[in-house]
Amino acid sequence: MKISRFIKTVFMIDFVSGLVIAVKEMFKPKKTINYPFEKGKISPRFRGEHALRRYPNGEERCIACKLCEAVCPAQAITIESSEREDGSRKTTRYDIDMLKCIYCGLCEESCPVDAIVQGPNFEFATETREELYYTKEKLLENGDRWESVLAANIKADNPHR
Amino acid sequence: MEYLNILFSETYKILFLLLPVLVSVAMIVWLDRRIWAFVQKRKGPNVVGPFGLLQSLADALKYIFKEIIIPASSNKVIFILAPIVTMTLALVAWAVIPFSEDFVLANINVGILYIFAISSLGVYGIIMGGWASNSKYPFLGSIRSAAQMVSYEVSIGVIIINVLLCVGSLNLGDIVLAQERIWFVVPLFPMFVIFFISALAETNRPPFDLPEAEAELVSGYQTEYSGMMYAMFWLGEYANILLMCALGSILFLGGWLSPIDIYPFSIVPDPLWFILKILFLFVLFALVKAIVPRYRYDQLMRLGWKVFLPISLIWVVLTSSYLMYFDLLPKS
Repeated sequence: MKISRFIKTVFMIDFVSGLVIAVKEMFKPKKTINYPFEKGKISPRFRGEHALRRYPNGEERCIACKLCEAVCPAQAITIESSEREDGSRKTTRYDIDMLKCIYCGLCEESCPVDAIVQGPNFEFATETREELYYTKEKLLENGDRWESVLAANIKADNPHR
Repeated sequence: MEYLNILFSETYKILFLLLPVLVSVAMIVWLDRRIWAFVQKRKGPNVVGPFGLLQSLADALKYIFKEIIIPASSNKVIFILAPIVTMTLALVAWAVIPFSEDFVLANINVGILYIFAISSLGVYGIIMGGWASNSKYPFLGSIRSAAQMVSYEVSIGVIIINVLLCVGSLNLGDIVLAQERIWFVVPLFPMFVIFFISALAETNRPPFDLPEAEAELVSGYQTEYSGMMYAMFWLGEYANILLMCALGSILFLGGWLSPIDIYPFSIVPDPLWFILKILFLFVLFALVKAIVPRYRYDQLMRLGWKVFLPISLIWVVLTSSYLMYFDLLPKS
């Protein structure tokens, strides 16, 4: 055994220096975020809870092209459509099974009118499964609630699309 | 009537010792997690109560309400007995710990032997738990634990002989009083280091937590336990750690004696010094847990039998020859 190694072992140099580092680290600022009270920063591209957006005049954006239904890899989206009195094609049913959804963001990417989007909200846990079968009303309500954030996010992400 | 009076006063005394010990065990679990988190730049438990102080209480409450699962193939009596034995033995040993010159539940002449015997018995709880579970991982864990505790107890025993040579008494109070001039940590410093490391191994703390090595053995002897029985193992373990810290401060850090006998230090009550020393040792325990990786089993055995035992034996010879040569042997 080398003499330096022997000295290291007997006086536990490595251990003591590790202890010193540990004590130093103890007084450094903490990295933890106090989650329910503080939240981490979320990217504009964050793929959270879905929402259906409206135009500023209140008209819903979705034109029932069913691209999202087609692209959805988990087949979580169900759309039924019909012609409205004014001749425009609109959805009569737009359901997302949030339990099937894999949050891949393909629906958002495929949408030609930015109608279906995934917002920044990730805290939508429920007590029953039924509450997670989102209907058109629920999705539109989400859109109304998050509209300002959604618009800002789309604007921020625009140069990269 | 007189008999009842004695019984009542003794029970009162026991409760007066036991309740603070149990509360401090809960606090020490919190402190352990907190220090561990701080070293890793986390915050640790800080939600329940001020600074998260009541976290252990909340955990205990959770454990009480959890279902106790007893495996169908287990030996039920021993299975239930194991955590009780662990916890009882960890608490019983506190009877002889002196908090100050006359603040001790049982001032017996062989206090140190009593503690040593009780902590040796502690391994039974673990063996019983592992064996009665009738499942491979708990069994392997308990075998490891038994071998580990037995081998490190040998070196702890020899280290204690060193101290006893300097004191000339097995009474814990006398051991502390013998350190009035100088704490034994100064002349016997290598022994203190070895005692500390052996205490880590004795209480199954990292880096010697092989009995419960999560990566290999799930959780060792505790695998099949749930609910309050698991919590009792846990309490017993931490009570043991606290006991080892107390033993370390009695043997080497001068128990309840104040470090310097001048004005601001000498008015601090004796038990407080003792508690501060236990806390100091425990903080070291927690820091070590945060920084060291786990030993391999053969390394553990090598360290115990081939390094610590010879060194402490040689030190016994050194101590005794020094004491003989300078005629310092304690007169009785």
